[in-house]
Amino acid sequence: MEKIYFGGVDVGASTTKAALIDNSEYIIGSSVKKTTTNLEDLAKKVFDEALNSSKILREEVRYIIATGYGRENVNFANEMKTEIICHSKGSYHYFKDLNSSMAVVDIGGQDNKVIKLDKNGKILNFKMNRKCAAGTGAFLEEIAYKLDVPLENLNDLATKATKDLELGSYCTVFTSTEILENIKAGETKENVIKGAFISVVKRIVEMESLEGVVVMTGGVIAHNPEIGKILEKQLNVKVHIPPNPQIIGALGASLIAKEKFNNQMNQG
Amino acid sequence: MPTKVKITRKEIKATSLFKKIMAEHFLEADSASKDPNQKVAWCTSVGPAELLTAFGFKLYFPENHAAILGSVRTANDYIPIANAAGYSPDICSYLTSDIGAYIKRETPLNKIYNIESMPKPDVLVYNTNQCRDVQEWFSYYAREFNAPLVGVNAPKAIDVLEEHHINDVDDQLRAMIEPLEKISGNRYEPETLSEVVRLSLEASTLWREVLDTAANIPSPLTFFDGSIHMGPIVVMRGLQTAVDYYKILKDEMEERVKNGIAAVDNEKFRLYWDGMPIWGKLRALSEQFARLNACVVASTYCNSWIFDSFDPDNPFYGMAKAYTEIFINRSERVKEEYIAEMVKKFKIDGVIFHDSKTCPSNSNARYGMPARIRDIFGIPTLIISGDLNDLRCYSEEQTKTNIEAFIEQLEEG
Repeated sequence: MEKIYFGGVDVGASTTKAALIDNSEYIIGSSVKKTTTNLEDLAKKVFDEALNSSKILREEVRYIIATGYGRENVNFANEMKTEIICHSKGSYHYFKDLNSSMAVVDIGGQDNKVIKLDKNGKILNFKMNRKCAAGTGAFLEEIAYKLDVPLENLNDLATKATKDLELGSYCTVFTSTEILENIKAGETKENVIKGAFISVVKRIVEMESLEGVVVMTGGVIAHNPEIGKILEKQLNVKVHIPPNPQIIGALGASLIAKEKFNNQMNQG
Repeated sequence: MPTKVKITRKEIKATSLFKKIMAEHFLEADSASKDPNQKVAWCTSVGPAELLTAFGFKLYFPENHAAILGSVRTANDYIPIANAAGYSPDICSYLTSDIGAYIKRETPLNKIYNIESMPKPDVLVYNTNQCRDVQEWFSYYAREFNAPLVGVNAPKAIDVLEEHHINDVDDQLRAMIEPLEKISGNRYEPETLSEVVRLSLEASTLWREVLDTAANIPSPLTFFDGSIHMGPIVVMRGLQTAVDYYKILKDEMEERVKNGIAAVDNEKFRLYWDGMPIWGKLRALSEQFARLNACVVASTYCNSWIFDSFDPDNPFYGMAKAYTEIFINRSERVKEEYIAEMVKKFKIDGVIFHDSKTCPSNSNARYGMPARIRDIFGIPTLIISGDLNDLRCYSEEQTKTNIEAFIEQLEEG
């Protein structure tokens, strides 16, 4: 039987991701790059990198869905879908066997989403954070900058915290001021970073009630699994994190691509 | 490559007449302000326009002016000026854009109608039935123009409308007779007021009938069309012009229904819009919905100028009731039931709540209503964060994604 493949490209505000799946929905390749200003070129580069990692040819990819804020810039895609439906499809793919309603929490570079699904994966409702950076990856980037800590070290440092520090405000700028006050008062960087993680979790739980299977996706959880643990503690439920949580939107896009392709084939 | 569907706008034929009568409205107010024998009254959009017209005032509506500032996207040039003058960015952006434009001595009326400035008021008349901000807004101009300010301080957030609510407003309206006689130089004539109220009721009924044509599938008009064509029911209540205009518009909509002409091609989803329009994004949003084959068929906003309780035989009582029972002035329970009724009447697939940053009175997403509508009536809801005029509070990309995702949700069934 001829091998056919499907692709998803997620052009996010911070990173651009691509995923390729085969007909049995197995991920055969993926790629992640920092989002730059030339979105069209970048989307192509990321997609080519995913192709290289999968060792398949471009011609073998039958349908491509673009998603993310730069979805209109993916000029080689067949169709566009929003990141809401793509994240829900990607998350449902991994946790459908739990046969439960689901709350998908995606923490992205510049926005957060909570998507509630029924046990069949159908979207019941969704919410995106309001306009500011509170609780997003951009918030953590600002904190890392203020503390003069490399972004990739945040998680390790947070795990070494000795207490749960309360940062009261949700404005990123006000929080930065609070951090300076804490540092001035002799607080450790580790405790301040954990405080920032707690703040991220607070922004999530105030967006929507999280019921059923709680799934976390996105770059922030991919690099900072400690945030998932804080959410678990807060909700007193297990938080499910799929493999490679950063590409769940791109994976969802490729799953929709497969669905679309098969529907078109069935319609002749 | 994913392609954008090209949208063909279906022009409403009555639009040319609409533009003509709106121009006449502004030009008449402008010439009245320059004529010592004529008087100009500034009125809030759901203020007692009939009473003022009965006294012979030419009317001018600052809210209408502010909506123009929003539509021509100059509001954000003026809001910061009012902010700097001490009017917070968190209060009504109609107020801040309008006052900012006044401080700068600029008006879009100049470019559109060749009118030098807003017509100077001889009196300013408000009703707080819609919000408290209108009182502050009019107070500002009363100080600036050294003009008298009169108004109705309406009972608020009414659950069950009772006689004492109506009688209270009735008394306040009657108390305006004396100052308005003095300012206008005209005596109160009950027959004149009855006739003005009769015309207002007729125009309002025709406006309702225009909006009701959207209950047809497909709908002949959208909320975005309504937001434009509501002009006469806001600024020409009590005048024959409004009656004549809505007869023509109604005929056109009924003709569309008869011929199966849809406002949105291939209408797949029918939506309800609660809250203020986002004036500076009216066209962009209208095109986005059309591209998604979604028609926003009805809205709380356009419906807010339907006044079924006007009564030519009891003009004061009728005005008091009509202006007090309006949606914006009611309890959450009444509002919720009203939206549920609209969902049924217009066969709605989903409700969009516009949470307008500077207009809490017109934002119904803040006390859990979207979740209740969703859970009790089983209908999907979406909250859009934005603003009526202040585009600093609006994220184009986020709104676009929210709307697209909402349609994807509806497509899933």
